[in-house]
Amino acid sequence: MTFVSILYGLLFWAATLILVVGVGRRIYFYMQIPVPLKIPTTPAPITQGGVVWRMFREVVFFQSLFRASKYTWLFAFLFHMALWLVLLRHTRYFMEIGAFLSFIQPFGKYASFAMVLGLTGLLARRILVDRVRYISAPSDFLMLALLMGIGLSGMLMTFVAHTDIVMVKGFFRGLITFDFSPLPASPILLLHLLLVAVLMLVFPISKLMHAPGVFLSPTRNQVDNPREKRHISKWALELEQQQKTYLDEVKHG
Amino acid sequence: MADYEVPKLKGEGYVEIPTIKPDAMAGKGPFIAKPDFQKALHFPSDFQAAENGKFELVPDWKERALTKLDDLRHRYRSLQLYLDICVKCGACTDKCHYYIGTHDPKNMPVARQDLLRKVYRRYFTFAGKHFPKLVGAVDLTEEVVDDWYNYYHQCSQCRRCSVYCPYGIDTAEVSMAAREILDHIGRGSKYNNEIISKVFKVGNNLGLPQPALADTLEGLEEDVEADTGIKVRFPLDEEGAEVLLVTPSADFFAEPHVDGLMGYAKVFHEAGISWTLSSYASEGANFGMFIGSYENMRRIALRIREAAIKLKVKRIVFGECGHAWRVAYSFLNTLAGPFDFLDPKYPVPQHILEVTWGLIQDGKLVIDKSQNDDKVLTFHDSCNVARGSRMGDKPGGQFEYPRNVIKAVCNHFVDMPADTIHDATYCCGGGGGLLTDDLMELRIKGAQPRMEALKYVTEQQGVTHMAAICAICKSQFTKVIPYYGFKMEQIVSVHQLVSKALVLQRQVSVQACPDEDDDDNDDA
Repeated sequence: MTFVSILYGLLFWAATLILVVGVGRRIYFYMQIPVPLKIPTTPAPITQGGVVWRMFREVVFFQSLFRASKYTWLFAFLFHMALWLVLLRHTRYFMEIGAFLSFIQPFGKYASFAMVLGLTGLLARRILVDRVRYISAPSDFLMLALLMGIGLSGMLMTFVAHTDIVMVKGFFRGLITFDFSPLPASPILLLHLLLVAVLMLVFPISKLMHAPGVFLSPTRNQVDNPREKRHISKWALELEQQQKTYLDEVKHG
Repeated sequence: MADYEVPKLKGEGYVEIPTIKPDAMAGKGPFIAKPDFQKALHFPSDFQAAENGKFELVPDWKERALTKLDDLRHRYRSLQLYLDICVKCGACTDKCHYYIGTHDPKNMPVARQDLLRKVYRRYFTFAGKHFPKLVGAVDLTEEVVDDWYNYYHQCSQCRRCSVYCPYGIDTAEVSMAAREILDHIGRGSKYNNEIISKVFKVGNNLGLPQPALADTLEGLEEDVEADTGIKVRFPLDEEGAEVLLVTPSADFFAEPHVDGLMGYAKVFHEAGISWTLSSYASEGANFGMFIGSYENMRRIALRIREAAIKLKVKRIVFGECGHAWRVAYSFLNTLAGPFDFLDPKYPVPQHILEVTWGLIQDGKLVIDKSQNDDKVLTFHDSCNVARGSRMGDKPGGQFEYPRNVIKAVCNHFVDMPADTIHDATYCCGGGGGLLTDDLMELRIKGAQPRMEALKYVTEQQGVTHMAAICAICKSQFTKVIPYYGFKMEQIVSVHQLVSKALVLQRQVSVQACPDEDDDDNDDA
């Protein structure tokens, strides 16, 4: 085992742990915060099934973004859908390839172009549109750079300087099964993996939380039925039960 | 008319998206509420007038602001989530009427949120604590507070941005939270907080006491009788009536609001529904929402519950008012429910348009549409009705009901361009607690997108009048519309149209009182 392999093994264990635990804790944190009022952006569905359908349109087709800006939608949609294909293709480094995985391999391969194209569009918009430039912090540019770095280094290995992917698979299988084997000594691969690890590490503390966050957004996930069903949060109920007007008059315990 | 720089209209039905003009609307914001008014709303009042005529902040304002922010983000998931998940995609940047009208980049919804977000990041997130420059986090300073006060009072909480945000981030939620923080450090807005304290003292935003209200209503009865020959009642505090009508107090005297009130009265009269206003809950518009204060909003809403119990009514109906209807439809059951003491056959509360459209469909009203033949109408969807409520039992009913009623009482109706109506509607420019003369420039500029759409249908389709169902829209438009070359009479209430076309068949009101001096109802 090389030193680099050990280092990367530890890095990916840590990154995975932080990603899973960090995102999990954050979601739990959001979920236990009360939603005191009914605030769906109307017209809103009047059934739970309707909410599922609304959310489906939102996360699969980016419906609201489509209404807002066709260019942003195009680039964002390209990027996200391509990212899914690329991610699916990457599962071959963790599991055996079945019929489905073999089928999507070429799609995932060429999706990388769409992914980088989408990112380029988003970056161009951030630079060229004065309004978007105004609202961009350095971290917003860095996030795009990070994703582009991941995409480009991956494409380099797919299309230009191939790396020993059997060894890569061995390495990651090893991390899962504790049957360790080394990484190939390829600088591009190491860069690619490093950027991926950084992405995993910053996920729970960055705007990337928009991915799980959208499901918890009250304006999108609430059923429009305030007249039919009384909605009341815990702290508001306390106020009511103790017949107080202001929260600082409420006795706890 | 005072002199303001008024945006030029193109008359092509759409607005061009301006390039940013930083600090175009920099300023001091609306007048600040005195400590007395803050106290009436249970906000800290330990601050004083400074020498320059301004007000100081409360002692330890920084700690107290951060404590409030921390409190709110643990009580409102919307706030916490929306501060965290914005990706700065820019989808909302060209959606706010105030940005379009003023060109000030801090009026772009995301930039407005960022004013609070950058402080949240600095004190409550890992990245902001350790790498503030990287994520645009800043320390909380007095300049930041001034920016909050100025720009969070340039948001009418109309939710248009939330329609277009891929995550449904609602700037209204952020701006309400910001106003609540400001209220805790001596930066309440005079307009909103003075009005709320009037509701607590008298029962309505105008501070109209029971005798004055009774007098006004009597005057209206006389007006309608002189006009129609029929004594249509405008009952106040009449116990045992079927319906409690809660309507914005502007309906009692402002034009064209009062013509709408006459419309409601005629509809109830004609349908034989007994109804009453309450002097104790004589206000539909709940300004507690504007300042983001659940507690004050609830305190106002509870007056309606108490009035309904005291007057032993069976139903609660709301008059034409946008924010009132959002609070009524979406929040009333939460704030002041459950309403199990009312007639379960009817939703609680109902909108007057639900009542009127129901009666029209049942053929209970005799209509002479030709009475409105002198007008070609269009309809302005009020922001909080369109995006924060519903009418009827289907999504989008809030768009259909007013249009159905207008079409039932008028022969000529056309809609404005599609990206300015329904849930894409623009705010009138005066909503969300900004309907005050000290914000006149903002109000004029904020009306630009709606004026642009109105001009288009005026020129292309001969529209003569624009109907609205919100007291604020009506007040704002009548005031602002002359700056754009229209006449204030062009703004009408939907029930004003109903009133005009309704042919009264019932000669004697079901609430006719034999004794004319029966006006000594007990005061609440």
